[in-house]
Amino acid sequence: MNAFSFERATSPSQAAAAALRVAGSKFIAGGTNLLDLMKLNVESPTHLIDVNGLDLDTIETLPDGGLRIGALVRNTDLAADPRVRQHYGVLSRALVAGASGQLRNMATTAGNLLQRTRCPYFYDTNQACNKRAPGTGCSAIGGVSRQHAVIGVSDACIATHPSDMAVAMRVLDASVTTVRPDATSRVIPIADFHRLPGSTPDVETVLERGELITSVTLPKPVGGTQIYRKVRDRASYAFALVSVAAIVQPDGSTRVAMGGVAHKPWRVEAAESMLPSGTKPFSERVFAGAQTTEQNAFKLALAERTLSAVLQQAKEQA
Amino acid sequence: MPYPKSIEGLSRMEDFVELKFTRRTVLKLGAASATTLLSGSADAQPVQGERNNSAVRPPVKVKVSIQVNGELQHLEVDTRTTLLDLLREHLQFTGTKKGCDHGQCGACTVIVNGRRINSCLTLAVMQQGASVMTIEGLGTPANLHPMQAAFVKHDGFQCGYCTPGQICSAVAVLDEIRQGIPSHVTGDLTARPQVTSAEVRERMSGNICRCGAYSNIAVAIAEVAGTRT
Repeated sequence: MNAFSFERATSPSQAAAAALRVAGSKFIAGGTNLLDLMKLNVESPTHLIDVNGLDLDTIETLPDGGLRIGALVRNTDLAADPRVRQHYGVLSRALVAGASGQLRNMATTAGNLLQRTRCPYFYDTNQACNKRAPGTGCSAIGGVSRQHAVIGVSDACIATHPSDMAVAMRVLDASVTTVRPDATSRVIPIADFHRLPGSTPDVETVLERGELITSVTLPKPVGGTQIYRKVRDRASYAFALVSVAAIVQPDGSTRVAMGGVAHKPWRVEAAESMLPSGTKPFSERVFAGAQTTEQNAFKLALAERTLSAVLQQAKEQA
Repeated sequence: MPYPKSIEGLSRMEDFVELKFTRRTVLKLGAASATTLLSGSADAQPVQGERNNSAVRPPVKVKVSIQVNGELQHLEVDTRTTLLDLLREHLQFTGTKKGCDHGQCGACTVIVNGRRINSCLTLAVMQQGASVMTIEGLGTPANLHPMQAAFVKHDGFQCGYCTPGQICSAVAVLDEIRQGIPSHVTGDLTARPQVTSAEVRERMSGNICRCGAYSNIAVAIAEVAGTRT
C-alpha cells in the first residue's frame, strides 16, 4: 500500500472542499471496499478524508412519511430499523442478503452505493482493465465471464455493479443527496446515479470531483408485497449471479429491478406494465439488446425464472 | 516454495542487483517469489493502477488513542496500519489472526464498540477513541468466557487458526439476535429473530474454517445460547 496523508473531516462541505483541493483524495467511511482495493494497489489515494465523525448516521422520518437515511448509517442498522422492516422490506432483505455480519457492521449506506465491481480482472493489476487503467483493454471480454453483465455492456467493459442494497433502492425510487465543494447541495434520482460503462467505465457515477453523499431518501411507503431474491453460488456470503427486487401491489401492478446483470441496478419501468402478460414478454423487453458471452448467457434464463419464482412467492404471501 | 533448479540462476542474480531500481520496485520485487527473482525473469514495470502515482511518498504518522481490552493505548502509527496490524504488531495481541487480510475469512474478527468487525479492513487511525475487545479480553485460560469453554468442550476447531475470530464472532452473533437484528434467514422481518440453528449458521458465514469444524462450532454456539436464553 502506498503512503497517504489522513485527515478527519469536520463538516460535509469541508470534506468536499478538501477532496477537491487535494489531488489524489478519497473519502473513507466503512473502508471495507476501499482498503481491500488499496492493499492490491487497485486504488492508491495519496490522501484519505475520514468522514466517520460527521453527523450523518441517523434515519429520520420525513413529513411525507418517507425516510432520510444518513450516508453513514451502517448496513446493519439500516436493515434492522423498525421503519425499514415494516415499510421497506425489500431494502431490509437486500441488505441482509449482502456480505457478512462483520462487513455489514462496517459498511455504510453511501459506501454501499459507491462500491466497485468484483470483476476479477479489475482486481488483478497484471490484467488489462479499462475501469482500473483506462485504455488498456478488457480482459473479461473473451476471458472468464460467468459473473459478468449481460445488458448495457460496452466493448470497453462488461463488469457488474455488485450491490444488493442499490437494487432495492432502485425499485423503491430512492434519491441521493450530496454536497459539493462549493457547499451547494443537489438531489440525484437513483436511476440517474450510476452510469453504464460506455467508453469510460472508470467513471461509475454522476458524482463530480469532491462531491460527497450526505443522505439517501426513500419516498413515502408504497406498501405491496416486497421481495428480494438473490441467486448465488453458495447460500450465504457471495455476490449475486442474478437478483430480483420486486414490489407487487394487490391490484397486480408490479415494480421489478434486477442485480447481477448490469453495470448498475437494472430496471426498465416501461416493461412493468407487460408483467400481467407473463414473465416472457417482460424479460424480452427488459433484456432487449442483451449481449451475452458463452459463459454468462445463462443469466437471461435465470433472471426470468427467478422473477417467476418471486411473483409466485408474492401471490402466496399476499 | 520451490528450490531454485540450478546454480545458474544464482549467478544471474548478481546481474540483477546491478540494475537501477527504485525503492518501490525493490519492495514490489521483494514480494515476488524467490524463484522468480533468481531466474531473472521478474518484470520490473510498475503494475497497472499505479502508473499515475509513481513518486515514492514518505510514510505519514498519526497519533491515535484506542482502548484495547479495557486499557487505553496511546500510539503513533503509519496511516497504513490496519487495526489488525496495530493489535498484533504494535500491542502484541497476537490472538487475533491474519488470514486473508481482505475481509473474506473472518480470522481477524474483533468486537469494536460492541460490534464485530473485520479488523483487517479498518485503519487504526479510523478507530480513534474506540473500544476494542479481542480474544485476549474475552477470557483467560484460568477464566474462560463461556463461548471459549464451549468451543473446547465440543471440539469446535482443529488447527485453531480461525478460532479467535470464530469465538469473537459467535459472542457478537448472540448479541445481535438478542438485539433483534434480522438476518437473511429471518422468516418474519417484523418479528424478533430467534436463536435457531439456521440463524446461527447464516450469521456465522463470514467466518471460514479451513478444517471444516463447522458442525462442532454450531453445537458450541447453540449450547451457549441455550444457557443464556
